[in-house]
Amino acid sequence: MEIERRSFTARQASARDMLRGDLEGEDLERYVEEKVVTTTFEKMLNLARSNSIFPLTFGLACCAIEAPISIVTARYDLARFGAEALRASPRQADLIILSGRVSIKMAPVVRRLYDQMLEPKWAISMGACSSSGGMFANYAVVQGADKFMPIDLHIPGCPPRPEAVMYGFTKLQRKIQGNPDQGWRQRYNAVGTEEWARGGPASTPSPEAAEAYLAAREMSLA
Amino acid sequence: MAEHEVREAIAFEDAAALTTADLTGELSEDRTTELMTVNIGPHHPATHGVLRLVVDLEGEVVRDLKPVIGYVHTGIEKSCEDKSYWKVIPFVERMDYVSYFFQMQAYCGAVEQLVGLEIPPRAKYLRTLFLELNRIHSHLVWLGTTALDLGAISMLWYCFRERDRILDLFEMAAGQRMHTRYFQVGGVIEDIPLGFEQKCRSFAEDMPVRVGQYEALLDRNEVFLQRTKGVGIVDRERLLDLGVTGPLLRAAGEPWDLRKATPYLVYPELDFKIPVGTVGDNYDRYRVRVAEMVESAKIVAQCLDALPEGPFIAEDRKYVLPPRSELSTSMESLIHHFKLVTEGFRVEAGEVYNAIESPRGELGCYVLADGSSKPARVHFRDASFVNLQSFADMAADSYIADMICSLGMLDPILGGVDR
Amino acid sequence: MPDAPGLELIRGEIERDHPGAVTSTSFDREQAALLVDPAQLIAVLTWLRNTPGQGYRFLSSLHAADYLPAEPRFGVHYELINRERVERIRVKAMLSDPGDGSLPQLDSCVELFPTANFQEREVFDFFGIEFRGHPELTRILLPEDYVGWPQRRDFPVGGEPVTFTYNERNYG
Repeated sequence: MEIERRSFTARQASARDMLRGDLEGEDLERYVEEKVVTTTFEKMLNLARSNSIFPLTFGLACCAIEAPISIVTARYDLARFGAEALRASPRQADLIILSGRVSIKMAPVVRRLYDQMLEPKWAISMGACSSSGGMFANYAVVQGADKFMPIDLHIPGCPPRPEAVMYGFTKLQRKIQGNPDQGWRQRYNAVGTEEWARGGPASTPSPEAAEAYLAAREMSLA
Repeated sequence: MAEHEVREAIAFEDAAALTTADLTGELSEDRTTELMTVNIGPHHPATHGVLRLVVDLEGEVVRDLKPVIGYVHTGIEKSCEDKSYWKVIPFVERMDYVSYFFQMQAYCGAVEQLVGLEIPPRAKYLRTLFLELNRIHSHLVWLGTTALDLGAISMLWYCFRERDRILDLFEMAAGQRMHTRYFQVGGVIEDIPLGFEQKCRSFAEDMPVRVGQYEALLDRNEVFLQRTKGVGIVDRERLLDLGVTGPLLRAAGEPWDLRKATPYLVYPELDFKIPVGTVGDNYDRYRVRVAEMVESAKIVAQCLDALPEGPFIAEDRKYVLPPRSELSTSMESLIHHFKLVTEGFRVEAGEVYNAIESPRGELGCYVLADGSSKPARVHFRDASFVNLQSFADMAADSYIADMICSLGMLDPILGGVDR
Repeated sequence: MPDAPGLELIRGEIERDHPGAVTSTSFDREQAALLVDPAQLIAVLTWLRNTPGQGYRFLSSLHAADYLPAEPRFGVHYELINRERVERIRVKAMLSDPGDGSLPQLDSCVELFPTANFQEREVFDFFGIEFRGHPELTRILLPEDYVGWPQRRDFPVGGEPVTFTYNERNYG
């Protein structure tokens, strides 16, 4: 929903004229256009969803002290993004932030929690441990939550600063609104540098995965 | 269980005279004393981390309790066997993830004992300073989350306001808010920057005032007192038998603190008291920890006053990296640097158990060296792991709400419990 | 920490009451340790705990280590504290692997020191050392159905190699 905006002084002048009742014709039409937003229902819905996410109170390990505890406190206030209401029950939550290392004993529990959440739902994998096993390349840690559940966003760091989590959160908001930050590969001339997870460029993805990839590609190029 | 019998329809006028016994058949003896087993966790808003409790309930009263742990078991001890001695430091930090400096101190102290390395006085003072700052940090996190569990929700914001100030100090000195890997074998990794002392001093002066504010909120709050006074009492002998240490033991009246009993670093030269409780209920545990925060602030101020000049890490190049400025001029330094970074230093065979006082109790580190550059076994005796055994005693024959209160006052950190 | 002569005194006194229990002593890096015959472990621990002059009544830590390739392989350590005199002493019991798939066994000290409950379960979980007489010897930190004893030296660390596109493309 990008709207061309005139400069501040111009808008101020037209507002003043409107108050006086002096606007007519084309100026009046432009004024009305700027005040009324028209969009599709889908986009409205996504805007509403992204600005009122209910995260799940789910903390596994060290990252849990940074999020969800530290980001809801006063300095790094998550409430300004509308995500203040942390729900304890997965049935009422939209977002699960995997904050911490996922051990082999906890993985089925996390999966069950994710399954209990209702659509639409998103998952953020916060920190190195849940994104890829982190520094713990051993028998007890699942090397990345990707192995057993779909993740929408990964936040690097050990632990990531609360500002990093907020940045990831706003990125997720843009993704929910249908405007994912995928265009950087075009901007920086980096098309073709995608890393394939566990298969290599010579491996053939499943038809659904290939379709999803092409769809995402199109959306970013559009 | 009595079988359900189909009852005839009862006229409305007669319904008021019926009792529950009429409607449900006879209440047999078994029905009234039946135990219901309920699972709490591992995902639960009030368990401090992924702790699973299997509780036997009789109505609302807890009869028996079994903690099931291991949901954040990370195999840190096994990973440590694979890394050289200084690479182990970031691993052990992440066990008890709220009091990370203490794990570093326990491990570095053990390795220094194994190797026979003396750390310079400035490093000792800096280590003590950061340990006490971390103690305040740990108690603040505890107070915020426990008060949140009990319903005093605004305490979380106040405690974390102070906690952010401490993390600013950590970030100033070490670059990271949490898991700073600040302690190294031989001292600390970097000296404190300019401006740190000022900021730290103003924090240490503010801290008792803030603690006064927390006490003003909670100490005489009727709801808080009713929930914590007389709840979760375990007597001293039983706690000692169960191996419980730290504020839990001190709240029960036993003045056992490793900082005074087996002093390490510069604790012999500092003037501080150890708060000890009388009854051993949850209220005493709360008071002991809050008083410890004030004592730690005093220690921080004393350390800043007495901080000596000098090197911040030992000079022995066999175990400690040389400063980077020397690398371009001295061949030996380059060789030492290379050796230390690629292989690490070797430690002769031997084993050592080093115990310090963490915010939760005795934190012991056992290091077994076998002559190579990697430890053969690193084991942590974590305070929360042993303290958790007393939870069943605390929660027996009390309501669920009291159990939740006891769990908060027990202050378990599941990273340390599960390692 | 009893110093070296004090340690020898303790050994002498235990010899009087339980001959052959202490196989050797070690005073290394200022830490006193008694090496004990596993069959008489409980007797030694009881002696250290209850004898009027000794009073090591607090079990600080119970842990094990795998000394592979040295034989006997497993060492179970008991860190005891005398809180009145503030002295620590370590009691070590060395066990070897029976080899035929059965687990090394040791008597449990849960009646003497109730704190050993979780700690013996942890040793069982990680090393596969069975404690006779423990009320509930099950895995505590790993999933109930896990196979293998991770902390033994011959158990692999685990994890998986990280796949990088560059390596896949160039090295197959």
